[in-house]
Amino acid sequence: MEIAIEKTQSSVMPKELIRAADPFRFYTRLNLSELTGLKAARLGELLELIKTVPGACIYHHTHRFLQQHQYLSPEPPNDFAYWVSNVLGEDELGEYLASIDIIQYTSVRSLREKIIFIIEDYLKKNPLAEKRFVNNGAEFHFIKSVSFVFPTNQVAYNLHELADILKIITMDSIYFHVFEARLRLEKGKNDLSLWIEQEIGNKSLADKIARLDPYTFTLENLREKIVSLIERSIR
Amino acid sequence: MGGIEDYIPIVGKGVIDDLMLAAEKLDGTSIQMVNSTAVGGGVAEILNRMVPLLSGMGIHTKWDVIKGGTEFFSVTKKFHNALHGRNEEITQHDFDIFMETSRINIEQMETNSDILFIHDPQPIALINKKKDNKWIWRCHIDVSNPNQPVWQFLKNFMVGYDAVVFSAPSFSQSLPMRQFLIAPSIDPLSDKNKELPQETIDAVLNKYGIDKSKPIITQISRFDRLKDPLGVIEAFLLVKRHIDCQLILAGGTAADDPESVQVFEEVKQKAELDPDIHILLMPQDDIEVNALQRASTVIMQKSLKEGFGLTVAEALWKGKPVVASAVGGIPLQISHKYSGLLCYSVNGAAFAVKQLLNSPQYAKKLGENGREHIRNNFLLTRHIRDYMLLFLSLYHTENVVLF
Repeated sequence: MEIAIEKTQSSVMPKELIRAADPFRFYTRLNLSELTGLKAARLGELLELIKTVPGACIYHHTHRFLQQHQYLSPEPPNDFAYWVSNVLGEDELGEYLASIDIIQYTSVRSLREKIIFIIEDYLKKNPLAEKRFVNNGAEFHFIKSVSFVFPTNQVAYNLHELADILKIITMDSIYFHVFEARLRLEKGKNDLSLWIEQEIGNKSLADKIARLDPYTFTLENLREKIVSLIERSIR
Repeated sequence: MGGIEDYIPIVGKGVIDDLMLAAEKLDGTSIQMVNSTAVGGGVAEILNRMVPLLSGMGIHTKWDVIKGGTEFFSVTKKFHNALHGRNEEITQHDFDIFMETSRINIEQMETNSDILFIHDPQPIALINKKKDNKWIWRCHIDVSNPNQPVWQFLKNFMVGYDAVVFSAPSFSQSLPMRQFLIAPSIDPLSDKNKELPQETIDAVLNKYGIDKSKPIITQISRFDRLKDPLGVIEAFLLVKRHIDCQLILAGGTAADDPESVQVFEEVKQKAELDPDIHILLMPQDDIEVNALQRASTVIMQKSLKEGFGLTVAEALWKGKPVVASAVGGIPLQISHKYSGLLCYSVNGAAFAVKQLLNSPQYAKKLGENGREHIRNNFLLTRHIRDYMLLFLSLYHTENVVLF
């Protein structure tokens, strides 16, 4: 997806009236889960596989819960934390993994390194943890997230239109622009902030949206929060 | 029969719009579904809905059924049991019967569509007819612990496919081609799941002599040991010590499963311990099943082994609190304490049911969460979406496919 750099900012025009030369095109992302046949029954096996599986696996297991349980909990536990705590019974390590502040990481690669560091450090301090294993059937199965990204026909030229479309667009679209574009496509920031800053020239609003920790909202609450920030800025 | 837009009130217009975006990318692609029966069984049930809906979205989809005699289907039934991990004596003669019927089907069936979508082991050997089109094998069976001779026999065919599909991560095996995880689904507009007027529900309760004023605990299942109906009764009796309630065990016996008659007799005998236990031997009647589920206070699925356990999805879709065993695909449907309660034993099941009966607000919340979880993950619309993405994946190997 391309977001134009050209600006239409005017020093006298209120920001809400600024019409972008290059509009914000909403995309939607649909996900398919690909099985790898790889599984771990012990912490050491989990660690070795985390080191070698494709980034699409790390992405899947740190974001799956967020999408599948979007209405349940504002704090999505990642799959690694869930398995380590609830299946393997290593609660302390599970807590370390669950509390990884994913928003700090701008690539799947750096997120993977953090997970590896936490498990290696824990194993160093708790060598007996390596002796634990789970029974047949309770292993951790590695799954890859395959994303299909489609352009929708929803296009915003100004902040009014952006807010209106955000109110009705699917969760999959919001999810793509906020989570996937930032981390998986390594844009550094969410798409909305990039467009608002580059096309509308409203850096303050762009920063406010970028500062949100989207991992601590349900997707519906995240939608409401972003819309309210935009509407407040154009009131 | 309506089209995909009938689902807009349930999943929202955006979800259907997204489906249409994927469908546009498959414009001009022809799909051919192949299975072994046009009626009866979960695969036929889903294809009956799926094929017209895909066609209605502009994807040219047809459905063919292989031919086979009694001998062939006896062998494939043995394969089915063996893949589930049961001990079956399978001889060379069985494999020969399978190959002979497969040979006839290979000769007779046209397989010229762009994508051949083969369901379950019965038609798997059609792959020998593959040309330069794409072939998918969809395994609906729990193959987490398959009988090896049968698995290896089928694997000889599997390796010719471009992709295979399983219903749960634990069914995945080490295979050379791409494997995808696609869970089954329920159809919210079917007789089994659609909204029912209160009069219909009341009429079914009256018909079976169920008291509306007492809490109702229900398990809908075939009378099969793997569904543990005796364990359900034991759990109910533990609950009944403290809470006045009723139990409904409703289901059928299968003509091809002589054991089910024996299980039914044992269940009936055990039910004599308490007049509040209702054992309902029901013919296939989706409206009645729907009504019993909707009338229930708590729904149980205390299976010892389960392929996927769609009765759990049916119950959750009706907003019911569910107590179910953590086996097969059930943990995919229930997150413990969020969208239901998982259990591992009779005592655990009884404790969970008591919790729900004594804490109606908690039970209500679990039911609401469960319904949303099913809406997001286990409705037919999600299933259609996954199948369309699966078709697209045959032409795109990237992890992020940008259109």
